[in-house]
Amino acid sequence: MSAAPLHSRGLAALASGLAQREFSSVELTRHLLGRLEAAQPQLNAMVSITGEAALAAAARADGAIASGRAGPLTGVPIVHKDIFCTEGVRTTCGSRMLDNFVSPYDATVVANLKAAGTVMLGKANMDEFAMGSSNETSWFGPVKNPWNTAMVPGGSSGGSAAVVAARLAPAATATDTGGSIRQPAALTGITGLKPTYGRVSRYGMIAFASSLDQAGVLAASAEDCALLLGAMAGFDPRDSTSVDQPVPDYAAALATPAKGLRIGLVKEFFDQGLDAENERQLRAAFAVYEKLGATLVDVSLPNVGLSVPTYYVVAPAECSSNLARFDGVRFGHRCDQPRDLLDLYKRSRGEGFGAEVKRRIMTGTYVLSAGYYDAYYLKAQRVRQLISADFVRAFEHVDVLAGPTSPTPAFPLGAKTSDPITMYLNDIYTIGANLAGVPALSIPCGFVHDLPVGLQLVGPHFSEAKLLAAAHAFQQETDWHARVPAVWQ
Amino acid sequence: MNWETVIGLEIHAQLATRSKIFSGSATTYGAAPNAQASLVDLGYPGVLPVLNGAAVRMAVSFGLAVGAQIAPRSVFARKNYFYPDLPKGYQISQYELPVVGKGSLDIVLEDGTKKRVGITRAHLEEDAGKSLHEGLAGASAIDLNRAGTPLIEIVSEPDMRSAKEAIAYMKKVHTLVRYLGICDGNMQEGSFRCDANVSVRPLGSDRFGTRAEIKNLNSFRFVEKAINYEVTRQIDILEGGGKVVQETRLYDPDKGETRSMRSKEEANDYRYFPDPDLLPLSIEARFLDEVRAALPELPDAKAARFARDYGLSEYDAGVLTASRELAGYYEDVVKRVAGEPKLAANWVTGELAASLNRDNLEIGESRVGPAQLAGLVSRIADDTISGKIAKDVFEAMWADGRDADAIIEAKGLRQITDSSAIERAIDEVMAKNPGQLAEYRSGKDKLFGFFIGQTMKATQGKANPAQLNELLKKKLAGP
Repeated sequence: MSAAPLHSRGLAALASGLAQREFSSVELTRHLLGRLEAAQPQLNAMVSITGEAALAAAARADGAIASGRAGPLTGVPIVHKDIFCTEGVRTTCGSRMLDNFVSPYDATVVANLKAAGTVMLGKANMDEFAMGSSNETSWFGPVKNPWNTAMVPGGSSGGSAAVVAARLAPAATATDTGGSIRQPAALTGITGLKPTYGRVSRYGMIAFASSLDQAGVLAASAEDCALLLGAMAGFDPRDSTSVDQPVPDYAAALATPAKGLRIGLVKEFFDQGLDAENERQLRAAFAVYEKLGATLVDVSLPNVGLSVPTYYVVAPAECSSNLARFDGVRFGHRCDQPRDLLDLYKRSRGEGFGAEVKRRIMTGTYVLSAGYYDAYYLKAQRVRQLISADFVRAFEHVDVLAGPTSPTPAFPLGAKTSDPITMYLNDIYTIGANLAGVPALSIPCGFVHDLPVGLQLVGPHFSEAKLLAAAHAFQQETDWHARVPAVWQ
Repeated sequence: MNWETVIGLEIHAQLATRSKIFSGSATTYGAAPNAQASLVDLGYPGVLPVLNGAAVRMAVSFGLAVGAQIAPRSVFARKNYFYPDLPKGYQISQYELPVVGKGSLDIVLEDGTKKRVGITRAHLEEDAGKSLHEGLAGASAIDLNRAGTPLIEIVSEPDMRSAKEAIAYMKKVHTLVRYLGICDGNMQEGSFRCDANVSVRPLGSDRFGTRAEIKNLNSFRFVEKAINYEVTRQIDILEGGGKVVQETRLYDPDKGETRSMRSKEEANDYRYFPDPDLLPLSIEARFLDEVRAALPELPDAKAARFARDYGLSEYDAGVLTASRELAGYYEDVVKRVAGEPKLAANWVTGELAASLNRDNLEIGESRVGPAQLAGLVSRIADDTISGKIAKDVFEAMWADGRDADAIIEAKGLRQITDSSAIERAIDEVMAKNPGQLAEYRSGKDKLFGFFIGQTMKATQGKANPAQLNELLKKKLAGP
């Protein structure tokens, strides 16, 4: 065990190694920084690597460990998605608009993880303002999939996912508005959890669609996700939508066996569009659960098929308003020599935002306009209620829902960039959980054409512990989550 | 043709909370530019609003004071538009579901008639910052100290029919918000301002004419002038065969006229939608009871009590309750001079009000405090001095701050009530004016006033007027 290279160990193993002073945080941090730097040309997973600050934090962590003041995550290096504001560190949100933005404050997630003793290695690349499913909309260039660098890693948390998949860091923070944690987790063969809406503070997380955005975690295993989530979740008085409910001990809950677990297979997720090979892998995964003593039940979410169109009204509507603050006046990109106020607005925003962001701002502006509001926004809100009700009804009969995370494995870079609708359909299975605000995770469950595919589990509100335990039980029986691309071993 | 004016007002009252509506920044007026703008006020990436409970309490207390329905569930919405002093690119306001629903206020017109003005709604919202253009060599500057200051916007029904009625209503709201302690009412600093919706229609018509909205009126005088200008302008257009255009207009106080700001076609589409960063505001019955129990005595109730308990006219009661401070001053005086509430009222609304007005002071800054005024009124009540002498004493008190008794003693102003002393003075006057005495006795009654004046002069005005009157009549009639 101790012979395994540091980077191949998970978050939990590293935490215990540090606590037992098997190696120092500085040693570990230096090793991972080296890997991050070396991988950058191939994967482009990072926007910023903050080596100096990381080593300083690691040295402090070593001091804390030495003096017995260490917490469970003291000295563990992680990466933050570049959507989280980090004090004194550039926070770009993958956009030219914020290329020059150094945040004056820490997001609550960042502050919580800092307080827990983690060491930030840097900021991960992402789709611009988290709008994308392939990480190709980033102003800093696309992230490549560690399993095959001709393929996309998924998005929008593609940088965070690639970092973990290539074992450049044991875990990363991420955000999920329509699947941005789960889809890249599936496409890169790692574990990703989107918690219940309100479980993790959104303060300091640059908003895309406020009613859907939720911060979560990416790591190799459910066990590692449990550890990280426990340190970042909790009520935050600075976020009015955060929920004042105690954070359970997710790590302790992992031991709950899958025996007796009622798993609902979502009928609608096995219709058209799902890759046949992908489905075969899923069926094999369900057999594992049956072997563990879980029962499989067919369930229906009759309105979930409306998720994508509903999402593409609600999310752009909110984003059109959320992104209005990027006007070139107080921070972010400002055009050269504006002639007047209107020119300042038009050119700063025209130059600062990429095509996908503009497309969504325009869509959102349209659906909120006088005369269209009822037909689009209001109707979408009503459908959203129907979709949420579907989930509530389903959970009267089952503990968790199961299905694919993504219709296909990773696709080639550039394959879908010219067709936004095809790109949007990548999130067909993940968006429902965001609209309903329920937690969902993706775990690796096999390979198709040498590319990983994911199994998605969805639970009722605040059932993260249950989902993590179910994922952990599966990972005790399988080793898909432990597979690492050969070049990154 | 005879025209009828139709006016509705949207009053913006800044709530007197210590911190802003969605951030912890202070709301003090006059701080250095941007000294009171936090990251939330600046609309920084990632920041979120958190509702200030004190602002909600204040809005609810206003609602209860105008007998309005308080919505058990109201919703904050975003009003989207770009402007440099609007940092987020949207203003958080309430749109479809405001916290305060339908209510009303009664106003008293100059001729004494009462009129009820409907209040459509009142909602909570944040103020924007300020754009500064003067003295910056062609540049503009932004001060975000005001951004995020809590406001209630009070929307009236189009119930007012003249500028005078609009002013009466606006003053009533002004009085009320200060009574409730929810707004300092300072119009110069912009804490209390209004937009006026003005239209005209042929008298007797039941359809509204096309209206113009006049923005940002921050004094009662401007409101009156702007409305009157606007009414004349619209009538001129209509009588000239033209049509009034629906538009937003600005009042120029220097020129005394309104001018077009933007037409209906140019109006922004604000794309209102519920703010996903804020949960719907729910107000429970218990909270309502709590706010209701904490309400002060309101102006109308206080005026009715003053009229009833102190025997004042409705007019005087209205004047004395125009502000909570004035009413408090008056009641303080009344308490100290038992049994003379009318006399006290005359002095507060008369000499005191005139002096405050002349020196441009608020009641709280009065140079004569309630205890001092009570001292003066007591001396009138117990006949130590006459009302006429009291005016001189008051002037002296106002000038140097001494008490009435000190001034009366120092200047020897004590009234002469000794009959023999008054008689002596009368005898002297009669002796000095034999001609007039003869004329009077031969039937020229009018000369009575002459003798009163002469005797008063002889006693330096200190003779008790009633006694003098009586004694003089007797003496003049002859032995």
